[in-house]
Amino acid sequence: MDYFIELFFSGLSRGAIYALIALGYTMVYGIIGLINFAHGEIYMIGAFTSFTVATILTILGLPLLAIIVLTGIAAVVWSASYGYTIEKIAYKPLRHAPRLSALISAIGMSMFLQNYVLLAQTSDFLPFPTLIPDFAFMEPIAHIVGSTDLVILITTTVSMIFLMVLIKYTRIGKAMRATAQDRTMAMLVGINVNRVISATFVIGSSMAAIGGLLIASHIGQINFYIGFLAGIKAFTAAVLGGIGSIPGAVLGSVVLGLTESFATGYVSSDYEDVFAFSLLVLILIFKPSGLLGKADTQKV
Amino acid sequence: MLKLENVQSGYGNILAVRGISLEISEGEIITLIGANGAGKSTTLMTISGVVRCRAGKISLNDEEIQDLDTDAIVKRGVCQVPEGRHIFPQLTVRENLDMGAFLRKDTKQIKQDIDYVFSLFPILAERRNQDGGTLSGGEQQMLAMSRALMARPQLLLLDEPSMGLAPLIIKQIFEIIKKINEENNTTIFLVEQNANQALQIAHRGYVIENGKISLTGSAQSLLQNTAVQKAYLGI
Repeated sequence: MDYFIELFFSGLSRGAIYALIALGYTMVYGIIGLINFAHGEIYMIGAFTSFTVATILTILGLPLLAIIVLTGIAAVVWSASYGYTIEKIAYKPLRHAPRLSALISAIGMSMFLQNYVLLAQTSDFLPFPTLIPDFAFMEPIAHIVGSTDLVILITTTVSMIFLMVLIKYTRIGKAMRATAQDRTMAMLVGINVNRVISATFVIGSSMAAIGGLLIASHIGQINFYIGFLAGIKAFTAAVLGGIGSIPGAVLGSVVLGLTESFATGYVSSDYEDVFAFSLLVLILIFKPSGLLGKADTQKV
Repeated sequence: MLKLENVQSGYGNILAVRGISLEISEGEIITLIGANGAGKSTTLMTISGVVRCRAGKISLNDEEIQDLDTDAIVKRGVCQVPEGRHIFPQLTVRENLDMGAFLRKDTKQIKQDIDYVFSLFPILAERRNQDGGTLSGGEQQMLAMSRALMARPQLLLLDEPSMGLAPLIIKQIFEIIKKINEENNTTIFLVEQNANQALQIAHRGYVIENGKISLTGSAQSLLQNTAVQKAYLGI
């Protein structure tokens, strides 16, 4: 039973990381109908920023809590500015072009960022400093739930609640929902759609940066390629839940994380991806628009 | 108030509006009538800045607005109820109305205005917590007009408010249009295929054919014009 619970929690925290990234995919898709393939790279850049800042601050000898907070802020700001810039450079000029053009532009941007980090940094794995200590109060259950898992779950939950409040109650949130539902009409009520799109990229990138920081300190090493793999998984999770749906992205991520964790634990870690993608295929056969996705019907 | 001079616009290689000139004074109801594909909706979308004006001038109170973004045009008091209503389907009736007041910050008056539109369309008050997408066509039209009113427009652009509605509801909608014009002195630019109804409430009218104005005059004179009767009134 302990083993089951252990797998459950590690699956949950894995799913939480996927969710932080998947939200960026699903929000951007909801607003402009584009799969932002460069989104995984934003997460990777978040991890690299965290690495640089955390290493410098550790050398400077700051207290751990200060390091974590400052690293988090730096990662969020840096990744968000990347997200903002990517949209302006790679997608905005193609706003009225066929969808395929923007998609190709996204893939190009993804390759560019990977190779840019490869050249600017290194192709080797970099050791990431341990930011999250083993809490003393977690001692009795440390063999089933790690302190890092706990931090990941709490951070993700707080981020999700923050996002939900933002979308439901704030002015920019309402503007985002309106733009996602009917862009022309959003313009006609006076919403600056360009600003809404920028905000979406900034918010999605910030979430991915938090994911990057968490995963880097969890796994303990990073390289330029982690964004691609995580991006594909998070994208799968978003599709699984129903692309465009925010609760769907979270649900899809948790389902994917748990599946992978149990597959690894009970079968073999070699089959982790096989199970993950079989699940995707199965769900899409029975629910083509994903778990919580809306079927594309429109009242005329 | 609003003046179009030789305006051209369109989509891709197609020029839908080929040099239109027209003028609306404050407090007027004018109507633009024409067949499908004549360029009526494109004209409105060009005024709102959704479709770019390729040539010519659009001025609002003597200020050129043809190069402004849509939100800047809305900020200057030009609101549109587009063809097909465009209700936000997953926002409630109340949230749809709030979106209409997106650029306003006077919370108190917004509340008053919500009460005002609920008095115009009592059915919306009943449905205030229902998703916009679940309303019937007529109710959606009422909501779309109410949403536009929430912006306190100087100039209201209405694109085929009668489309797909039952005769009784059409009558009701047109009565409200007249009421809005009389009570708030809102200038109204009405685009219609239902030429008869439109000319009944309008002060003046323009007829558009193939992206060009072919005829203009007072609503009365257009109603009596034999060419208009033949082509648009079915007499």
